[in-house]
Amino acid sequence: MIVHQFLILAAALFAMGVYGLLVRRNIVLILLSVELMLNAVNINLIAFESMLATPQAIGQVFAIFVITVAAAEVGIGLAIVLMIFRNRRSANVDDLNLMRW
Amino acid sequence: MTFTDWIGEPVNWVFTAIGLVVLFAGLRVVTAKNVVHSALYLVGALGGTAGLFVLLSAEFVAWVLVLVYIGAVIVLFLFGIMITRAPTGLDEGLDAEKKVWPVALSVAVFVAMAWSSIESFEPTVLLGTGEATSTELVGESLLGRFVIPFEVVSFVLLAALVGGITIARRDLTPVEEEERAAV
Repeated sequence: MIVHQFLILAAALFAMGVYGLLVRRNIVLILLSVELMLNAVNINLIAFESMLATPQAIGQVFAIFVITVAAAEVGIGLAIVLMIFRNRRSANVDDLNLMRW
Repeated sequence: MTFTDWIGEPVNWVFTAIGLVVLFAGLRVVTAKNVVHSALYLVGALGGTAGLFVLLSAEFVAWVLVLVYIGAVIVLFLFGIMITRAPTGLDEGLDAEKKVWPVALSVAVFVAMAWSSIESFEPTVLLGTGEATSTELVGESLLGRFVIPFEVVSFVLLAALVGGITIARRDLTPVEEEERAAV
């Protein structure tokens, strides 16, 4: 195993996340794409940890931090989606053009 | 290292198998026509990622990923889908019509990231097949050198918990408030 194979896989996952973020219209699906991108970052962190072999496992610790923040982000994000859906009866980003110039 | 050498290592067969699963599942997450399928394909992508973490001897993080993501986050997503999209089923209007620019941009992102990571790093051989990083080491690091980020992250989680409840709860109507005050 060399480090490049993990980096390229993570880059592919990240690019898929970017695609989903731009193409999807449903807010929940946009959040799913964000999760895909965060996952790619985690792969990079673990691969670099394996490459550098830090004495304090810094890469793994930061991957845990990323997972925690992602969990918090999903909780808040879905709460906001729920609120929008309750007020507008829609979870479609195209319908949310109230503050559009 | 030539490709023949690379594919000669059995661990790379495992990597290739898991990597193909992850890539297929990731592609289906962003292209599936059914919202629920999209969320379930994310389980495949995350499970494959956990397998990659085990390959890289990060077993604790792999299990954290399985427990937190597959156990909790996906369930949360499915709840969100059920609440906002009932009845769930096929939906043609899920994607934007114009896909040329998103495809071009994501391909550009992939090429830029892959090229820069190949150029910036030597092809270091990873010794992931050795023994797993001990959870003791990760724990000592979390509560030693990284104790302040750890506390900050736990505060972020608490704030997200309180904030999520506050945002998502329904405000009482005036009639309901009067009823509650009367009791």
